[in-house]
Amino acid sequence: MRVVDVAAFIGAYPFRHLDRAGSTDWLLSQMDRLHIDRALVGYLPSILHQDPAPGNRVLAKLTASYGDRLAPVPTINPEQPQWQDDVNLALESHASAVRLFPQYQGVDPSGDAMRVAVAAVAVAGLPMVLTVRLEDLRQRHPRDVTSDLTPAAIRGLVRSDDDVRLIVTHADRAFVEEVHFGLTPAEADRILWDISWMWGPPEDDLTRLIETVGRERFVFGTGMPLRVGDTSIAKLDLAEITDDDRRSILGENIERWLISLPSREFPTDA
Amino acid sequence: MLIDVHAHFYTDHSGRADWRQVNRRRLGAGERIGITVHIGSILGTYGHRSPTYLPSLDDVRHANDRMLEIQQVVPGRVYGYCVVNPNYGTAALEEIRRCLDSGMVGVKLGASRRANDVLVDPIAELAGERHVPILHHIWQHRRRDWPGQEASDAAELAVLAQRHPETQFILAHLGGGGAWAHSVRAVEAHRNIWVDLSGSGVDVDMLHMALETLGPGRLLWGTDLTMDTGWGKLRYVESLGLPDDELEMIRFANARRIFPLGEAT
Repeated sequence: MRVVDVAAFIGAYPFRHLDRAGSTDWLLSQMDRLHIDRALVGYLPSILHQDPAPGNRVLAKLTASYGDRLAPVPTINPEQPQWQDDVNLALESHASAVRLFPQYQGVDPSGDAMRVAVAAVAVAGLPMVLTVRLEDLRQRHPRDVTSDLTPAAIRGLVRSDDDVRLIVTHADRAFVEEVHFGLTPAEADRILWDISWMWGPPEDDLTRLIETVGRERFVFGTGMPLRVGDTSIAKLDLAEITDDDRRSILGENIERWLISLPSREFPTDA
Repeated sequence: MLIDVHAHFYTDHSGRADWRQVNRRRLGAGERIGITVHIGSILGTYGHRSPTYLPSLDDVRHANDRMLEIQQVVPGRVYGYCVVNPNYGTAALEEIRRCLDSGMVGVKLGASRRANDVLVDPIAELAGERHVPILHHIWQHRRRDWPGQEASDAAELAVLAQRHPETQFILAHLGGGGAWAHSVRAVEAHRNIWVDLSGSGVDVDMLHMALETLGPGRLLWGTDLTMDTGWGKLRYVESLGLPDDELEMIRFANARRIFPLGEAT
């Protein structure tokens, strides 16, 4: 079994200096230390770029030498002209997914442009990675006045098209419950949730969610380089879960999901 | 040895039916992490009868009694902070004396009064006389008032610490929300302020800045409400290649310097 991190980034963070973190080398060193085999990697500077295409090219270049470890996840902005070209480029480059940061890009997460974008990405057979928040609301830069993504927006996107597949990262227990139990089982099956923002003991939110929502819906994510990757491992070490649960979350769920999508060529060892 | 300087426990007055299980889960997870000593508090009734950070006198007395019971049930493994609301003046001081005489090892101040308010001075003075630290709830760079608390930030704690150089203060949960870089810089020059790393925040650069600006000799390990994040941060710090004595400072040695835990610990 391989361990896959669905919530990693490289690049500079627009709102504060990352002293050590942010480079490809740093991320790879942390992945080696934490025994993470592969990461879906976003590009942090893209969160504020109106045109994400140049950033996508940088991301591709920075990860090109590490194709077996780092899977670049390009960003799209449906309010840019010819944004569909960026989806096509993602397909042509065999990207595992694409990203949107609607709250940072100024795209209404419940608006028409967003719905068109997730539908187009779904037609391409790609999942979309959405991040509920990058930082705790309380610690953000005074000019970072973006709100977190809302459960209502996620529910709306999943309902908007039967082919939409979402990987939602940095969500807490309340968020997951509000979305999961607000969807039909078939709709809920089209979302994967990363565990990085879920509380461990003594509240044990992660254990509870695995019991109530099901282990097949959860995937491993760290939030590196902003967040310490060890926390997600510690969360699993402390959760009252089975070895099967752990394997599913660490890698099996995401690999099975990506391989099952129509046009995906997620690299495998097999 | 590993000392968690920022733990919380619950009681039958905490407004949650699973309070026993939560306490048990804390101790159980503590065993898994390798926590030797939990130093904890009970914040009144956590809003059930009076606000968590503005607790009534009755609520803190009840909570402190329950904390003393927990301390006595697992002697040497759990120690308590005496929680008080400075607005109760003399009664708050009497409560601190009662709790310390009964074996508690510190004072916990929430957010009932700003740290630099004169009402806090007698408490700081008493803590200094009794050689116990004050764990002070801090909002890392408070830019406005938030509901339910009269939170202090690090700059206000620094004013209090300057007025009471013989008293040891712990800036609570550097990872507990807010701009941690502001807090680190605000307390850097105040050697009687220690910083606990607890809280749900697990920012990589927070740990590096705390280590580089304050040094391992000023840092305390803790968990607060999320033990997974505490363990994650500990694991990360342990991966940095610090000398053993510096890791021991963070894990337990600094805590042993400022808490009267006794020889057995």
